[in-house]
Amino acid sequence: MLEQLSSVDWYPLWNSLRIAAIASLLVFFLGILCAYYVARLPRAVKGVLDVVLTLPMVLPPTVCGYFLLLLVGVKRPLGMLLNSLGFKFVMTWYGGILAALVVAFPLMYRTARGAFESFDKTLAYSGQTLGLSNTYIFWRIRMPACRQGILAGFVLAFARALGEYGATSMLIGYTPGRTATISTTVYQLYRTNDDAGALFWVLVNLAISAVVLLAVNMLEARQKKAVIK
Amino acid sequence: MSLSVDIEKRLGDFRLRVRFECENGITGLLGASGCGKSYTLKCIAGIERPDRGRIELDGRVLFDSDSRVNLKPQERRVGYLFQNYALFPNMTVRQNILCGLHRERDKAKRERALSEAIQMFQLGGLENHKPHQLSGGQQQRVALARILVNRPELLMLDEPFSALDTHLRLRLQIEMLSVLRRYGRPALMVTHSRDEAYRMCDAIAVMTDGMLQAPEQTKRLFASPRTVTAAVLTGCKNITPARKVGENRLLAPEWGVTLETALPVPDGVTHVGIRAHYFGPRVAQNRFPVVFAGDMEEPFEWVLEFRYADQKPDSQAIWWRIPKEKRPQPVPGALGIAPINVLPLIDAERQ
Repeated sequence: MLEQLSSVDWYPLWNSLRIAAIASLLVFFLGILCAYYVARLPRAVKGVLDVVLTLPMVLPPTVCGYFLLLLVGVKRPLGMLLNSLGFKFVMTWYGGILAALVVAFPLMYRTARGAFESFDKTLAYSGQTLGLSNTYIFWRIRMPACRQGILAGFVLAFARALGEYGATSMLIGYTPGRTATISTTVYQLYRTNDDAGALFWVLVNLAISAVVLLAVNMLEARQKKAVIK
Repeated sequence: MSLSVDIEKRLGDFRLRVRFECENGITGLLGASGCGKSYTLKCIAGIERPDRGRIELDGRVLFDSDSRVNLKPQERRVGYLFQNYALFPNMTVRQNILCGLHRERDKAKRERALSEAIQMFQLGGLENHKPHQLSGGQQQRVALARILVNRPELLMLDEPFSALDTHLRLRLQIEMLSVLRRYGRPALMVTHSRDEAYRMCDAIAVMTDGMLQAPEQTKRLFASPRTVTAAVLTGCKNITPARKVGENRLLAPEWGVTLETALPVPDGVTHVGIRAHYFGPRVAQNRFPVVFAGDMEEPFEWVLEFRYADQKPDSQAIWWRIPKEKRPQPVPGALGIAPINVLPLIDAERQ
């Protein structure tokens, strides 16, 4: 057993974790930024933007991946421009960041927006009338008040980014030791009749998901406690 | 020290039209909920933006649509006490008050101002409490302390007592009154309670459906409200259409009586109002036969419903309020009203 473990190629775990970490970090700031500004837009614009920003959540991930290929594919204008700058998102590990980012973004955006919308506006107003800057109010009053919701959104986005398969396989495919992630590895090993290998990665994935869910539940419990207070 | 406001704002079908001036002391904005009182405060604070007009505080222009001046709330130096006090929930009492002192760069001075405020508002021992650990009254004191250490040039209070239990309200009103007297600059207070307005305000401006009437001295407004709205908001229970039929005479057709007034009746009178306390079984003037219709017991008073003998049967019964120990047994056959207590009223909305 131990011998088997030592012979495992851990690259998919490492690759999945770095893709999920970077993507969810980007999504964290992007989602908050969009949620903050969209919540303040006029209703009509808000409705349209909301649909566009949430679309990746309801579209099949393979469709998202297809759109990404249309956008940054090596023979597309934007893809060629990025290529000339040294960025190639197709078949590279960091292309996985782009795929995970697009698919995980709506989760962060929607939870953050929900948190911002339930934020008591009078807190911001009273801060303003006291002469506090809008930046101070955002980071020291609004964010702490919405902390639980935003953290929950972050955890969900991280989990989604970690489990991303559809868009990732479309955009970066599966190259062992280069673009392999946990989810693409599971599929590849199953397809090549390596049931034991597939099961191993399934168990790894289960363990990570369990930790994430536990974190979400703890956050929710704390939120409830805060409400009862 | 003075505030002058002249603004207009259209919100769908609702039209806000506010024009008034006030000096030092407490000016009340009295009106039913949803009439635009709080919105007016928000415009003055710079949270909402009027369509047109001008707001000036001590000669400083806060807003002027003509010259395109619209100061940010941060630049207006206007203190705003919200109905829910808006204490920052993630900060302690101390941190909340320090938010009001952020302009003070000198740490020693800041700490001194903080401890002065804590002492003045009896918050000793609560410095490290979070807002949710405080009672309603304590929360109000923290919010007020946070605003006053900020040294605003105008103070605005939005229904400051509505979140409190009745028995606390009176105590806190007395407390707040002494704080405001020391503050010595103009203060605006929004309220829908006539008792609160009477106790706290030097002058009162009555507001209905977005229209604000000019502020009047509180005592004078209660003694002789000129408009139907003012009469209703100051608690006049009996109001009926009326017209002028002589220098000092008013005919109230629905009641079937002609009432004598103490002062000459102004032109344009549309209604007459009689406060429920002002009927008397032994008053000789304006004395007419009455028929009693029902009664209701209150903690210290009786409310008796009656109609005049010649009153239209489908019109609303009249209320007579009398202290318990003074209720005559049996009920009298006629009631009178002193002419000074007959209030000629103008329906301002119809003009």
